[in-house]
Amino acid sequence: MRRYVIKRLAQAVGVLWAAYTVSFLVLNFLPGDPVTAMAGAGMDSGDVDPARLAALRHQYGFDKPVLVQYADYLGRAVRGDFGDTVSTGRPVTSTLADALPQTLQLTGAALLLAVLLGGGLAVVATYTSRRWLRQLLLSLPPLGVSVPTFWVGLLLVELFSFRLRWFPAFGNDGLQGLVLPALTLAIPTGALVAQVLAKSLLTALDQAYVETARAKGAGRWRVHLRHALRNASLPALTVVGLLVGQLVAGSVVVETVFSRDGLGRVTAAAVTAQDIPLVQGVVVFGALIFVATNLLVDLVYPLLDPRIVVASDRGASFA
Amino acid sequence: MTALPDFRLSRWAPLAALLTTSVLLTACGSGGDDSGSGSSKPKSGGTLTFAVSSDAGCVDPQQSGSNESIYSVRQTVDSLTDQDPETGKVVPWLAKSWDINADATQFTFHLRSGVTFSDGSKLTAQVVKDNFDAVPKLGALGSLPQGYLSSVESTTVVDPLTVKVTFKEPNAQFLQATSTHSLGIESSASVKKSPQQKCSEGAIGSGPFVLKQYVQNQSITLVKRTGYDWGSALWSKKGEAYLDKLVFKVVPEAGVRAGSLQSGQVDAISSVGRANEAALGGGQVTLLRRANPGVVFGLGVNNSRPVLKDAKVRQAILAAVDRKQIADTVFPTGTQPATSVLAHTTPDHTDLSADLALDAAKAKSLLDEAGWKAGGDGIRAKDGKKLSLTIAWFPNAATNQPALELVQQQLKDVGIDVVLKQGQVSQFATTLQGGDFDLVWSNVTRADPDILRSSFSSKLANFYRLPASSLDTALSGQAATTDAAKREQLVAEAQKLIVQNAYNVPVVELQTQLGVSKKVHGLAFDSGSRIQLHDTWIG
Repeated sequence: MRRYVIKRLAQAVGVLWAAYTVSFLVLNFLPGDPVTAMAGAGMDSGDVDPARLAALRHQYGFDKPVLVQYADYLGRAVRGDFGDTVSTGRPVTSTLADALPQTLQLTGAALLLAVLLGGGLAVVATYTSRRWLRQLLLSLPPLGVSVPTFWVGLLLVELFSFRLRWFPAFGNDGLQGLVLPALTLAIPTGALVAQVLAKSLLTALDQAYVETARAKGAGRWRVHLRHALRNASLPALTVVGLLVGQLVAGSVVVETVFSRDGLGRVTAAAVTAQDIPLVQGVVVFGALIFVATNLLVDLVYPLLDPRIVVASDRGASFA
Repeated sequence: MTALPDFRLSRWAPLAALLTTSVLLTACGSGGDDSGSGSSKPKSGGTLTFAVSSDAGCVDPQQSGSNESIYSVRQTVDSLTDQDPETGKVVPWLAKSWDINADATQFTFHLRSGVTFSDGSKLTAQVVKDNFDAVPKLGALGSLPQGYLSSVESTTVVDPLTVKVTFKEPNAQFLQATSTHSLGIESSASVKKSPQQKCSEGAIGSGPFVLKQYVQNQSITLVKRTGYDWGSALWSKKGEAYLDKLVFKVVPEAGVRAGSLQSGQVDAISSVGRANEAALGGGQVTLLRRANPGVVFGLGVNNSRPVLKDAKVRQAILAAVDRKQIADTVFPTGTQPATSVLAHTTPDHTDLSADLALDAAKAKSLLDEAGWKAGGDGIRAKDGKKLSLTIAWFPNAATNQPALELVQQQLKDVGIDVVLKQGQVSQFATTLQGGDFDLVWSNVTRADPDILRSSFSSKLANFYRLPASSLDTALSGQAATTDAAKREQLVAEAQKLIVQNAYNVPVVELQTQLGVSKKVHGLAFDSGSRIQLHDTWIG
């Protein structure tokens, strides 16, 4: 078990480092720098003093050789310091920390909704013996996965805010303002959960142990939930790790459509302004969330399926 | 960014428009519970909720460049002067009068007495000096005021209410510059703060409204300054503002802004594009429109490129563009085709529409004369080289791409092949500085004709690589005269030289369009096509 944990931890650190390095390289290959970009507003009045631009570049360290910048940034990043944003001058970490609670609220609510709706749909669809109902329910997830998030968002706003006036169309205020964005974000996520869970439930129900359970006289619900669902949830759990990444990415769109503050909006703004320190912070933070969830999932696996650790300890690769 | 006027690009705006037109039009008929358009007698009190499209992350007027921020932060400061949007004339505000020496190098302002900032301190000549002295230290976000004061030599206190600003060279534009939000006067305590601190906390001004709360990316809340009694000479109401409170909500999505206005969740919205006009046409909303002053949207020409050095090629492009078609199909209703390199709302604009008429036959013969002969595929060539040009553009407005696709088609009709090259908005300045472009789609907002000198004088940054010519003389001349008639004549000459030599290809005026609920009255554009809210009331 210990060897398994250490291996997973090392992999997580590696992924973080790679995310940092790749984003650093990509951002540095982009033409222009944020200081010139900001001074672009100066077109209104003609020229901007090149000496002042140089001084600002120096202040942010953009004038140093790329490798030195990389080492500098990496050294500080390890200690949790991502420098100051160019557009507002505030530390990157506190900018992200301020935006995080709103996004956690949104993605948390969306994940909960997704698991409840998606899981519920999968269980009912595989339980029902009415063919048409099963077909209908099973055709919903592909639809949910394929409709664009912004379209769903606009549709919900149109109906529930502009026409029925039940919920506000924009803002971060209270539970009321959370309903529509969380639902929007939950639809593609829940659809994915439903797809995976329904498929593995159907597979599980064909297994011999289900037959055995039935033969022992267990009721249909009991077989479905206690025996099949438990085994079928393992693939679904793997997907949850991926879903967290999808939710964070989806928040960029949802937070824009619903005018919510949060990591998604910060990301969109940082990219538009080519705010290198902030984009870098967002990338590493996103990678951190992704890595942490997947690590958690990896660590929970053995509890659900002891065979995994045994395999890993023998040196066989499971991933 | 005023250089890059900011209706946010909205990928799903057309879709939102489709939805809102289909659904909202039906909603309008049934929802008749609003209290009508109200009385015509102004009344005090109430809150105005205004949805803007973005938050630039800074609430200091001196460091704001985006219209979406200026709408709100402008209300917190007063300027030395104000500019009449109708006549372009500069009128008193914090300065009750001023003197300018003959060659426009010295400006002396006589300040009004009894003006106080919201921290209780008094407006004095020293405060104005503190403001102007601090402008160079503002950093990258302060490029607007820094440009206005770029050749300043000194600011001196003559007496407690008289301040003199001296420039190293003639600088006639400075008078108009003192009317802008960028040179809005802040209290001495405010000026001493660091630029970052001013950005996040806002400035302490003497304006009709005071910043109460700023939540980044969410909202800016202003409350009425009680006891305010030093409004601009242009305002109709004396004393305090009508409204008690202004709330600016940041709503990035154009369709959501339109729906929120239509459903009464907000009272006014910014950046209404053509796609949302139909949705707002239900009778509850007035669309306010005004062309932005300054250099119109058009093709900035890199005059140092071998192909474009030839005036005939440039003039052919000028004649091949059908401005009316572009204005009518792509831009919001009411947008006017360019009639000069300056928009018609800029002081001293000259109507050169005859020079800017579509004339494809002329374009073709000019290209023939220049030696570019029509080839088999319709594209002209000279010495075996195709006539192919690249237009660099940046997605800072949703109208850019469709407008340029039309330009591309129109130029192809006379045998010029055009490649559209999209860049990142943040690379705009870099592209201009580096000079690696044939043509670039751009505009600049400024309510003073001196913008021609900043943009086209070969003695300044000269991003468009113009050769030294008599144009420089006209441009320097207008900066050095305080005689209005003489300045107008020099500015007219400069416009003619730019258009006739096709140093720039003017295409279409940028129009600011706001959606305002019928119950809101007295919401007016200022000379820069931003808004003043002192005279605004809800009834």
